[in-house]
Amino acid sequence: MTETAAPAVVDTLEERFPGVVRRDVRAGFSGYVVDAGHLRELALHLRDDLGYSYLTSLTGVDYLPDSKMEVVYHACSMTGGAPLVFKTQVPRDSAVVPSLVSVFPGADFQEREAWDLLGIRFAGHPNLRRILMWEGFEGHPLRKDYREPFFEEEAKPYKNRWPEGHVYRIEDKTPFFKNVQYPPDFTPEGWAPAGDAGLYAGLGELPASPEEMGQTLRTDQMVVNLGPQHPSTHGVFRMVITLEGETIVDLQPVMGYLHRNHEKIGERNTFLMNMPYTDRLDYICSMHNNFGYAVAVEKLMGIRPPERAEYIRVMMAELTRIVSHLWSIGFLLNDLGAYFTPALYAINERELILDVFEATAGSRMMCNYFRFGGVARDLPPGALERVKELVLERLPRSIDEMDRYLTGNDIVRARCVGVGVLPPDKAVAFSAAGPVLRASGVPYDLRRADPYSIYDRLDFDVVTRPNGDVYDRYLVRVEELRQSLRILQQVVRDIPEGEIQTGKAQYQVRVPAGEAYGRVENPKGELGFYLVSNGKPNPWRYHIRAPSFINLTAMAEMCRGHKVADVVAILGSIDIVLGETDR
Amino acid sequence: MYGIGLLRGLAVTLKHFVGTYLDDLRWFGKRYYNPKALAVRQSAKARGVFTVQYPEERLPIPEEFRFIPFLLYEEGEGGAKIDRCTSCGICAKVCPPQCIWIQRSNDPVTGRPVPEPVEFYIDVDICMNCGLCAEYCPFDAIKMDHDFELATFDRFSEHIFNKEKLSKPVSYYASIRPRNYEREEAASAAKEAAKAARSSESGAAKAAEAQA
Repeated sequence: MTETAAPAVVDTLEERFPGVVRRDVRAGFSGYVVDAGHLRELALHLRDDLGYSYLTSLTGVDYLPDSKMEVVYHACSMTGGAPLVFKTQVPRDSAVVPSLVSVFPGADFQEREAWDLLGIRFAGHPNLRRILMWEGFEGHPLRKDYREPFFEEEAKPYKNRWPEGHVYRIEDKTPFFKNVQYPPDFTPEGWAPAGDAGLYAGLGELPASPEEMGQTLRTDQMVVNLGPQHPSTHGVFRMVITLEGETIVDLQPVMGYLHRNHEKIGERNTFLMNMPYTDRLDYICSMHNNFGYAVAVEKLMGIRPPERAEYIRVMMAELTRIVSHLWSIGFLLNDLGAYFTPALYAINERELILDVFEATAGSRMMCNYFRFGGVARDLPPGALERVKELVLERLPRSIDEMDRYLTGNDIVRARCVGVGVLPPDKAVAFSAAGPVLRASGVPYDLRRADPYSIYDRLDFDVVTRPNGDVYDRYLVRVEELRQSLRILQQVVRDIPEGEIQTGKAQYQVRVPAGEAYGRVENPKGELGFYLVSNGKPNPWRYHIRAPSFINLTAMAEMCRGHKVADVVAILGSIDIVLGETDR
Repeated sequence: MYGIGLLRGLAVTLKHFVGTYLDDLRWFGKRYYNPKALAVRQSAKARGVFTVQYPEERLPIPEEFRFIPFLLYEEGEGGAKIDRCTSCGICAKVCPPQCIWIQRSNDPVTGRPVPEPVEFYIDVDICMNCGLCAEYCPFDAIKMDHDFELATFDRFSEHIFNKEKLSKPVSYYASIRPRNYEREEAASAAKEAAKAARSSESGAAKAAEAQA
């Protein structure tokens, strides 16, 4: 049950677009349904007249029983508050929706993802190609009638596990070559990959002649592939760059090398089963992924965790933020060429925090600690003392030392100041989130803008910087480390005794039918979970608004005009984790 | 002046560098292979080099650490192994990657289910160590292990653990998770006591009824 917008907006929208915009009246649903033909008009109205200038999330839902495809948009105002939800429904077989890229440039990758995974065509999209699957892939895997090669059953738990459990390895049942469905007239031997022609075609026009550019020296533009195997990409990530000399003319991120269709797995899982899977999204901050998912499901279920659990959650979330920001600062310096000395100083502090996670959650990285309406277990003896030691003594010192070590460094400044500038209006338009958005001078932090958990009671500042370059993104992270420590100092002071779980812990939770969009301020940006439940044990739709993925939309914008060596620094300053980008 | 920031930064590196030697001096040859030194080296007060000389040195494993589940059995008289598992199937139902297979046993005469598994398999290649099976087992029959050194040479023959390989005595569980063990024992003892009290109460009530 997503929050509805203010009543004033309700009236104007329905009055302004009579018969075209309607309230979504399905039980448990909220927002508006708009006719596809008037979608652009509504979006422009929302953006220009009502201030909903930030398109948070865009995704599709396959309503197979109704033979409909629905595209769901969440738009936000930069002054805060809950997102406004609007949807459009089209027939499933000929799903065409007008593209909103011209209104919200941040819709670019998200529309490509919806096309790729759900087969919804976006008319007018400048570059509607697959983004997570490869070119030449047959079918759209998130459609409800799509079955993956290792398909067993529509939903877990699988019936053959108990009571007749005869063990088998899935590879033995569907050995390689027998688990692939080919199109009817397909011969694997005769097939040649479509190649990257489409990709390169999307990289902008090559100039006709050097005279046109006013140059006397004849130059050629060159296409350079950076990655997928490249140490600066923090994983398997590729950028195709058009260069004029050393200057970047255009850039296209290519991703999906780590794609495992997390959302399809999530829709086969029961609600609880998804919790450990969310750990694997942004594996640097699994606690935050747990947090986002728990918030979304709790919205659907209409429950709140008890006070102590809220404090523990915020404590874990802020420790995770410290882990993630330290990691990202360390690896930014790696990318700049300060090979591993700063990174290992950062990792040193991170290890101490991971010890707390291990003692509490049982695992250093794959925490799986949050439950619906609470947390898995209480803090073990000594954990709180350890956190106190860290946040009151050690971490403030080591963050100051990090600051002293790097901030004034002339090489860091030379490489970072004025590089990869993202102006505030573009940052909002491209749906950038987290430190990338705040470094561009937009004070938008969900912990303040749309508070969840106990953040409305905690005292901290939203950090912004005015310039929007790599250096400012670094400085925002350093300052956010200090703000996280401030929050943690309040949390360890005020944490109450008491229960850690609302109701009895259940493995089969009852989730009423409806939709919910739960979002938290992840270290990388806004992490959102869009869930649709039809009252069954498995979610009907499970979508993740991944900040690492959407922040990349602005990558080309940040890189144009810079030298090729700066790409590495700019990518490092966005701080992506491929587990989340590729899902 | 250009370079001042650089020098200031390098001073931090130098401090770290010198710090490692100072810490070595402080422990004077006892810095490694010494549990006391290891505890300090991994604490918030750590200075100098952070490294643990694994496998000669090992970090203490926190009680909640979880890796690959195992099955608990009570040690009966004469070395009899009494499974705690009743093959209710909750772990197989809650398992996110569905890596648990349980074969329930049936009474050969009546054909009705017997609370005891014939076989219990876990495909450890698929297991994601989430610990949900242990968390939701109503009989405390499946728990997460601490033994993480499971590398083998052949994944095809050795990575599906059967009941025999999975079974470990309750005393082992008590040794790796003493706090959890005590809490669960206390809870089950309280439950038993409540049950006994209820049955004796109802017994007394019946006796009173009969007298009347």
